[in-house]
Amino acid sequence: MTIKKLDGKVPAGNVSEVWDNHRFNMKLINPANKRKFNVIVVGTGLAGASAAASLAELGYNVQSFCIQDSPRRAHSIAAQGGINAAKNYPNDGDSIWRLFYDTVKGGDYRAREANVYRLAQVSNNIIDQCVAQGVPFAREYGGTLSNRSFGGAQVSRTFYARGQTGQQLLLGAYSAMMKEVGKGKIKLYTRREMVELVMVDGKARGIITRNIVTGELERFAADAVLLCTGGYGNAYYLSTNAMASNCSAAWRAHKKGAYFANPCYTQIHPTCIPMHGENQSKLTLMSESLRNDGRVWVPKKPGDKRAPNDIPEDERDYYLERKYPSFGNLVPRDVASRNAKEQVDLGKGVGATGVAVYLDFLDAIKRDGEDVIRQKYGNLFDMYQRITDDNPYEVPMRIYPAVHYTMGGLWVDYNLMSNVPGLFVLGEANFSDHGANRLGASALMQGLADGYFVIPYTLGNYFANEKPNEQKVGTDHEAFDKAYNEAKDKYQQLLSINGTQPVDYYHKELGKIMWEYVGMSRNEEGLKKAISQIKDLRKQFWKDVKVPGENTNVNVELEKAGRVADFLEIGELMARDALERKESCGGHFREESQTEENEAKRDDENFCHVAAWEFTGVDNEPIRHVEELKFENVKLTQRSYK
Amino acid sequence: MGNNTVSMNLNLKIWRQKSATDKGEMVDYKLTDVSPDMSFLEMLDMLNDRLIREGKDPVAFDHDCREGICGMCSLMINGQAHGPERETTTCQLHMRSFKNGDTIVIEPWRAKAFPIHKDLMVDRSAFDEIIAAGGYVSVNTGHAPDANAIPIPKENADLAMDAAACIGCAACVASCKNASAMLFVSAKISQLALLPQGEAESKQRAEAMVAKMDELGFGNCTNEAECEASCPKGIDISNIARMNREFIKGGLTNR
Repeated sequence: MTIKKLDGKVPAGNVSEVWDNHRFNMKLINPANKRKFNVIVVGTGLAGASAAASLAELGYNVQSFCIQDSPRRAHSIAAQGGINAAKNYPNDGDSIWRLFYDTVKGGDYRAREANVYRLAQVSNNIIDQCVAQGVPFAREYGGTLSNRSFGGAQVSRTFYARGQTGQQLLLGAYSAMMKEVGKGKIKLYTRREMVELVMVDGKARGIITRNIVTGELERFAADAVLLCTGGYGNAYYLSTNAMASNCSAAWRAHKKGAYFANPCYTQIHPTCIPMHGENQSKLTLMSESLRNDGRVWVPKKPGDKRAPNDIPEDERDYYLERKYPSFGNLVPRDVASRNAKEQVDLGKGVGATGVAVYLDFLDAIKRDGEDVIRQKYGNLFDMYQRITDDNPYEVPMRIYPAVHYTMGGLWVDYNLMSNVPGLFVLGEANFSDHGANRLGASALMQGLADGYFVIPYTLGNYFANEKPNEQKVGTDHEAFDKAYNEAKDKYQQLLSINGTQPVDYYHKELGKIMWEYVGMSRNEEGLKKAISQIKDLRKQFWKDVKVPGENTNVNVELEKAGRVADFLEIGELMARDALERKESCGGHFREESQTEENEAKRDDENFCHVAAWEFTGVDNEPIRHVEELKFENVKLTQRSYK
Repeated sequence: MGNNTVSMNLNLKIWRQKSATDKGEMVDYKLTDVSPDMSFLEMLDMLNDRLIREGKDPVAFDHDCREGICGMCSLMINGQAHGPERETTTCQLHMRSFKNGDTIVIEPWRAKAFPIHKDLMVDRSAFDEIIAAGGYVSVNTGHAPDANAIPIPKENADLAMDAAACIGCAACVASCKNASAMLFVSAKISQLALLPQGEAESKQRAEAMVAKMDELGFGNCTNEAECEASCPKGIDISNIARMNREFIKGGLTNR
């Protein structure tokens, strides 16, 4: 077991010139030759749709795959808040450098500087591109674009389209993609799930998909494979992710050799609607802008079951204001989330389940009037009332943190290529730009940066250097037979178990373990417990899961079984990564590593690196490789919000 | 949680159809202990959990984000697309909208252009084909001028956003007696015609999208306005008027 020092392949030079120089130095493919290359793009969210569209426009032959009935439905669509860019339209002191600096710092110094700088650089092109596509961003009366401050940023750099920015950006990328579908440059495959990566001579050369309507396993060959398949937040069962969001494409690539980086970095969002009971299927996020006017509190007395408005002022604990007098209710996401859990663990949680805290607007309504609050948050209040049947203008909201985003993902170099040649990973599916914590309005930026403005250059360079088209690989190659049979056997096995518990039972049980031990705060004992409990649960799953039906038709349970089998493996790796990373950083809080103020305490001497895991077999110890992180432009400091 | 904790017993009548070629039929189910705080789809999850445990085939239905934005969920509930609440997708509908002892009839979207895959799952790829025919601005990546180069009146930007809010769920088609896709098509045509970036090719766009819509077997508009009433995003029927203007403009002035 030799530990590799991974090379991120960042070209040498000043961080602000690296990308421009690299673009010049990369090789090009002659326009007439581009049509000789085939590219598979898995996923049609912001990263996948923008990549598919841009590559097809350049002349490559693209095959695009999505799990839903239409590429327009990928979960990028649910992003509410906005997208950052360093345009500095408001003239408030923003710049590419400042966006770069804020993003590295926000990620708690666990991201690659050069990647983040490039992200900040192309952020401006993204806004231009989206406007040109007809994305209806919010505007001022003078007709120019409107900006707002988001997630505690000191400049107004966030562009938005009402509370539906993700939807509008995705529909922009989707329409660009459909334009190419209409021209025949993209072949679109909907209701398909990637189930295997096909490797030939150590390179990614194709995929096996399952047709969700017919159950058929299908083969697709190409010169490169792009995974744009999102994050793995649904390992927790309950999250703000969509029901079909899953880790399977990335995980199966991992099992074929792609390293998985920083799986323990997960983001837990503090302002979600709490769960109502055992039948809960997903959690809904509300914009964290609510904390600008809402006050967070719990009763001082544990187990106080009185209605919130009957609890007098002096029997309430506004714990964030008490503990963090200068930031109060506006502390960062991870601090707010951890504190809510602490209050619930102390028995002070509210509502019927006792797993929630209050977010109270009554003081804000008294101060500003109901109309002002309605103007600011009306749509969020309506959404809350629709789901909970409570009127937040009259009684405090109940909120609780929920898993929202995963910063970890498949390891990629500066060119977005994994350690497997020909396998590229874009958007949330890769680990690259957010370090240990993602800032608000940065996810949309990264997905589109990767797809519109990075991959069109780096993929061409790969093709020019490696010339995969010179060794044509067809779907009749034996590597396809092998991958096909692996996938077929796996589904056969799942159908043949015929145990007692449905798939969801195992998913929920896994979720409970993950949330308890690999959630907002982690410690050695809990993580070890998680690893052993997940192993046991996985064994039980393969003995006792009940999957009805056959594999020749729509079989939703079979689809889910395949995905949950993968969650049962990645969950263990998440716990293992969290165990090995003995420091706290960003969204990863190790109780053993905190400051006197209970803040996350980094250990830059021992952990200023990316951990990238190599798969060695399901029940074998994986190998932890590292990529050292160097900070030449941003100074490492300790956060404090007192 | 809410305040209503009394659980309900329901009679469900659900369309079951094994595959596209199967004839299909309504099947009755009784479901007990339904919490009013559950969403409609969580109620179906509960039914499916029971069916699986009994060794029966669970009901297939489309859903994904479960927060009312992806447009994947559908369902005719007691004859209404997305159920009884205004501007609410099925996934955001909660069981408190029903009463203990209610009979609930659940059917798929029914339209010639949307063949059924299984049970309540239909094929809506016709909508993608319409977008591919012209629902875009012909601008390649990298061709864009500065985002603020062309000022757009706030009023137009807001109207474009109103139209762009469409989630492509196809409730408009399902609730129209002609199975017309005009609200969907007009929403995209309006969004892009209202913005200077999309205006340049607005005539060709209207002609191409309308032609594709007709080709795929969607019906015509006879001003019933059921589409607007059932739209979970409140897309305004005036968009159809704007589409007709764009279409006629195209017919009159194109060479």
